[in-house]
Formats: sequence, C-alpha cells, structure tokens
Amino acid sequence: MSLEVEMTGKTVDEAKQAALKELGVDSSLVEFVEVVEPTKGFLGLLGGKPAKVKAVVRELSPIEKAEKFLGDIFKAMKLDIEIEKKESEDGTIFNLIGDNLGILIGKHGQTLDSLQYLSNLAANRGLTDNKVRIIIDIENYRSRREDTLRRLAMRLADKVRRTGERIVLEPMNRHERKIIHMALQDNYRVSTYSSGDEPYRKVVIELKRGGRRDYHERKDREE
Amino acid sequence: MKEIVEIIAKSLVDNPSAVVINEKEEDNVVIYELHVATEDMGKVIGKQGRIAKALRTVVKAAATREDKKVNVEIIS
Repeated sequence: MSLEVEMTGKTVDEAKQAALKELGVDSSLVEFVEVVEPTKGFLGLLGGKPAKVKAVVRELSPIEKAEKFLGDIFKAMKLDIEIEKKESEDGTIFNLIGDNLGILIGKHGQTLDSLQYLSNLAANRGLTDNKVRIIIDIENYRSRREDTLRRLAMRLADKVRRTGERIVLEPMNRHERKIIHMALQDNYRVSTYSSGDEPYRKVVIELKRGGRRDYHERKDREE
Repeated sequence: MKEIVEIIAKSLVDNPSAVVINEKEEDNVVIYELHVATEDMGKVIGKQGRIAKALRTVVKAAATREDKKVNVEIIS
C-alpha cells in the first residue's frame, strides 16, 4: 500500500480529493503535510502552476486496521454496514448495523466467528504484545446465542439425569463450550467435559460418577 | 468475490505484494487459487487449517449472496 502521494489539481480541494482517491483510505487517516496554492500565470495563460498537495497516511492503530479490513470486505460485498464500537472487559465490541445481515452470521454463527477471527488476525498482524481483542456482533446475536446455549445445556442435563445416558453435543468453539460448562458447573447430578480435537471438540454431559452427590458437597465446591 | 479473497489474504501476510489469485471454473464452481510468499503460507493456513477455514467460510458467505458456488485453494 502506498503511504505517501503527491497530487496536483486546479484547486487545492481538487488536489486533496485526488490524493484521497489515490490512497483509497478514509480522510480521517490522511494528513496533508504540504499544501501549495495554485498560481496564476501571466494573463492566466502562461507559467501557471496547479495546486499541489502531499498526503501521508498515518500508521493505523490495531482497531483501525480491523475497521478498515471489515469496511473493505463489506464494500466488496456491496453491503451498507455501519460499525458501532464499544469497549467491554473482553475487548472492543464491533456492533454491525445494517439490513439483511443474517448472511454474515451464518449457521450457528460460523461466518460471524470466522469474520471475527480474521479481523483479530488483521488487527494484530506483526504484534507480539499489546494485542487487541475484537468481538464482532450483529443485532445482539452473541447474547441471544448464549441464552440458547444455556437453555440447551439445561434441557440436555435434564435428559441425562432422566436416562442416565451421556450426551455428546455438536462441535463448538471454545467460547461456546465454556458457556455450556459454566451453565452446568453447579449442577450436582451431571458433569461436563470436552473431548476431541479442534475444530471438532465437543462437550460431553454425563451423570456424575459415584452416583448421588449430596447438596452439602455441592455447596463446598462452590467456594 | 476475488477481491474479497485478496483483501483477506493481503491483511494476513507480511508480504502483500506476493499475493496472487487465479480464477478458474470447474463444474460450476469458481475456484480461487491463492498464491502467497512461501514464508507466508502459515499465515493463510494457520494451525490445523483454522485460518484457511475462516477464509473459506467468509468467501462462501459472500458467494451465497450472489448465488454462486466458490472455493479457495491455497497453492504452495
């Protein structure tokens, strides 16, 4: 990517526009380090000089890199999307706002997770420390999915308790597996663990070994 | 579509100028052959192919929007 261009134009404004177009980045990322007003030649004909600007793209922060990365992809997909940013303790949340974004969520959020994973890689490229963490969400999909997983965990735990047979869930990513484990960690009838290798690692729910665990023991474990 | 493969690949590698994408069609599936610098192969494949999988997922989602079948092959 070119990081510095010099452009000319009839007016300073035209030259600036040409420079922005050439650099292909948002104007907020460009600094005009040199601006030369056009000069009129003799009788407006001879020896006139056009306006000239020198534009430099400043180094993007990791978050800006991710924003540009997503912006470029959405543009290529001809999707009109606004990115709303919010800080959370888990990282920076990019909430995508636009119409018909189901296509970016995909089956069980697979596309959303892929987009999020690639955005994090793009943001942190070349960094070894001070890495940023970006969470991409669409219409609160993430919290809705968490609720769904928690309800699923409860339902399946109940089934395991009734039938005594263990249940192997479909493959999930680490984040989703954690939600299932957390949802059932205080359940005194079933226990959970993960098995298999990524990306096919699955949560297994089974009856707690050693038969019944009484209520008091569970209370102790909660500390 | 090719543009999306390019945007993603160039954002991941250390050597964006070495990114080349060829397009071919086989049985109504458009295949994008992605070439990157040898030292950047890991950056587009990832551990257990995790990056390549994410790349394909996003490109396929974009293709669905245009009612096309696509795949991405990483060429060494």
